[in-house]
Amino acid sequence: MYVAVKGGEKAIDNAHALMAKRRRGDTGIAELSVEQIRQQLPLAVDRVMNEGSVYDPQLAALALKQASGDAVEAIFLLRAYRTTLPRIGYSEPLDTEAMQIERRVSGTFKDLPGGQILGPTYDYTHRLLDFSLLADAQAEGAEEAAESADSKLAVEVEACPRVLELLNKEGLIENSRQPDEADQVPGDLTRQPISYPADRALRLQNLARGDEGFLLSLSYASMRGYGDSHPFAGEMRCGRVTVELVPEELGFPIEVGEVQLTECEMVNQFHGSKEQPPQFTRGYGLVFGYSERKAMSMALIDRSLRCEELGEQVLYPNQDQEFVLSHSDCVSANGFVSHLKLPHYVDFQSELEMIRRLRSESVEVQSGDNATEQPEAEA
Amino acid sequence: MSQTEGYNFAYLDEQTKRMIRRAILKGVAIPGYQVPFGGREMPLPHGWGTGGMQVTASVIGADDRLKVIDQGADDTTNAVSIRRFFARTAGVETTERTVEASLIQTRHRIPETPLSNDQIIIYQVPVSEPLRFIEPRETETRKMHALREYGAMQVKLYEDVARFGHIATSYDYPVLVNDRYMMSPSPIPKFDNPKMDRMPALQLFGAGFEKRIYAVPPYTSVKSLDFDDHPFEVQQWQESCAICGSDHSFLDEVITDDNGSKIYVCSDTDYCAGRVAASEEPQQ
Amino acid sequence: MNEVQSWQDIEPLLSVRNLTKFYSPGKGCGDVSFDLYPGEVLGIVGESGSGKSTLLNSLSNRLRPDSGEILYNSEQFGELNLYAAEESERRILMRSEWGIVHQHARDGLRMNVSAGANIGERLMAVGERHYGDIRQRALQWLEAVEIEAGRIDDKPSQFSGGMQQRLQIARNLVTHPRLIFMDEPTGGLDVSVQARLLDLLRNLVANLGLSVIIVTHDLAVARLLAHRLMVMRRGEVVESGLTDQVLDDPQHPYTQLLVSSILQN
Repeated sequence: MYVAVKGGEKAIDNAHALMAKRRRGDTGIAELSVEQIRQQLPLAVDRVMNEGSVYDPQLAALALKQASGDAVEAIFLLRAYRTTLPRIGYSEPLDTEAMQIERRVSGTFKDLPGGQILGPTYDYTHRLLDFSLLADAQAEGAEEAAESADSKLAVEVEACPRVLELLNKEGLIENSRQPDEADQVPGDLTRQPISYPADRALRLQNLARGDEGFLLSLSYASMRGYGDSHPFAGEMRCGRVTVELVPEELGFPIEVGEVQLTECEMVNQFHGSKEQPPQFTRGYGLVFGYSERKAMSMALIDRSLRCEELGEQVLYPNQDQEFVLSHSDCVSANGFVSHLKLPHYVDFQSELEMIRRLRSESVEVQSGDNATEQPEAEA
Repeated sequence: MSQTEGYNFAYLDEQTKRMIRRAILKGVAIPGYQVPFGGREMPLPHGWGTGGMQVTASVIGADDRLKVIDQGADDTTNAVSIRRFFARTAGVETTERTVEASLIQTRHRIPETPLSNDQIIIYQVPVSEPLRFIEPRETETRKMHALREYGAMQVKLYEDVARFGHIATSYDYPVLVNDRYMMSPSPIPKFDNPKMDRMPALQLFGAGFEKRIYAVPPYTSVKSLDFDDHPFEVQQWQESCAICGSDHSFLDEVITDDNGSKIYVCSDTDYCAGRVAASEEPQQ
Repeated sequence: MNEVQSWQDIEPLLSVRNLTKFYSPGKGCGDVSFDLYPGEVLGIVGESGSGKSTLLNSLSNRLRPDSGEILYNSEQFGELNLYAAEESERRILMRSEWGIVHQHARDGLRMNVSAGANIGERLMAVGERHYGDIRQRALQWLEAVEIEAGRIDDKPSQFSGGMQQRLQIARNLVTHPRLIFMDEPTGGLDVSVQARLLDLLRNLVANLGLSVIIVTHDLAVARLLAHRLMVMRRGEVVESGLTDQVLDDPQHPYTQLLVSSILQN
């Protein structure tokens, strides 16, 4: 007699054990420590913090280790942890103008107050594999180089004014906040589901957590004719910013720490509307750590999602906030795609039954036709 | 319980549960209406039952007895995983017996055994919006619901009848709740739709990715869409269950050898086992 | 004495007062006022960019004007101030008393469902739930727009441009609307196809007593269909009057130019 398949429990336990073994790899090789990941794979850590939306390099590094280096899985781990954390309070708005700058570039002005500061970047490296990194011994030399660079970096860079504010003095660019946004307390999309149309603050929150690859591709498309974007990188700055909080019992802000941030402001053309003369408009990106690609993509998409408020036509997906915001989250996207691996026996059975029925009906119809035709043929 | 140290009963914090319960109450008050809620990330991926889990976590108490099924079976991996999650984080009793359960979380089926008024069934919902594939925009579907504009859905049924002579939607078959809101019953086979109509148990639906909760209160009318001259009908099988002989339950097809030979067995494993036990009893 | 209702006693179906919608200076339409009476066909002519389409979109509930009023005398709701009315009422109008025939059929049709479903949709939207009846009505309307009954289960993408346009008309007329908006309905069609469509339109409009507002850049289309004309230039109405009057004795220099350019062609 047929016995129904059992064994789900055991299969799960075995799968977990196998995964743990695979994650560890060859036990003859030293185990990677969380601190090593944090120190030596910082860009991976930054991405996990951004999309995991928690600023905690140690936990992000732990998540990367636990996820065998899979960024999306690590982001998911961090998110699932984040959701259980209590909300103690909301910080004061960060003052990025007071950033301790480590890197700052502008694509719009050759020189400007505060200067261009290249800082640490892969931008001008030749993408040639450095085989010296293959040999462990070479690591020593690299350390020395890093130290000497470090001492130069240590030169304090004064806080410098934002590039776009220079344009604003002439009124050539819109204000970074519209007058009606001045006193707005932004919503929190981790507490309240997004309701469309979403305001800019919520859109930016969503983009900051959004999948880097998704935003990168969409912003790319917006500059390739699937959009009307002709942007300039007004300013990109990376550095540390103080976080302040106003505890209820004190009533004034106190410093609670520092975060490393990348901020990008894009400048876009605007042809003007009946109320407004032509001027430049802005797109804004702000992310944790050194995440320039993400910050730029975010700023470009922020601008393309503003097309409705600026009276421009919505023609492409990157201008359509329902499209962008509801598909930007890698945790959601990954969950939905991966759920196809779950059993769908019942729905599939229903489809099977339906297809069989439709096929047999169409056969019946055809043979029915033949049946009525045949006597005529004989007659 | 070392792994759940530092977590609240049933994983979610009490504030979150309260928020979800408010959404549930609103859902019960407006049967079939999708209530937005501040959906949380869960330690399982979206699409794997996070909506159902959040609802379960918010209504479960220490005295509850939980049954979790996926495709009708208690032993499928995802059902096991979710049942373990609550056994671990809430320490509640679990069961595979439909009649013993006070809460049933399900993916894609309604048990064959009729549910009673002291039970709650919680459906996992991937896509809560029944109009989504007709109109992808939420700003538009919200209006369609608000104004009860459901003609476009009927167009889909019209196309089926025109092409096939009958309605060809076989699962996630849209229903009208309490003669007002169009609702997705979740991807259950349409075979199960009639069970929803005037069901004595409270029916709750959670969509984690969409951040929506909706509900059908006990004894509420749930009608499957159709035409006056092409009424709704459910699947039927020529075969009976190869294990228990049932000729009236939803059957899964099982391929038994390389030649594609197949048999049919109940998708509801508890129901099937119950029938086998009952038939063996008199002989003992 | 009393068998002829005097012209003055008939209420206008649509009254437009000082309608203005500008995207940027000179782009849009400004300060447009007119009345449309039951059974009347009003043509809006002008070159592209003159604001015709903006005006039509504003009139047909698709583009909220900056200022001005549109009063519609509804069968179901009585006198309705269009953009001040409830959205629910406006949406009901759009699928019952009003119809829109788009220049591109794909904007007005569901290209991925059959011709029958395209015609039946409005019926189902107003609550029809009998498949056989819906199909019967679809067949009648296919006949009325001269499409073979055998094509009822074909998708519009399998139709020629002229057939798509006729299907779009049938889809609109199935609920017996009173007011139809048409945007260049013959645009992009071959001349012979245009002629057939115009002929069909003229008969339908006359037989059903429809009121129509039609936007076209083609004065020949305007002459054939419209009782009255409004000539637009740079967002403003420069001349209006009976069609023959405007075309045979244009007063405004721009209208004169339009008419003469047609003659020269």
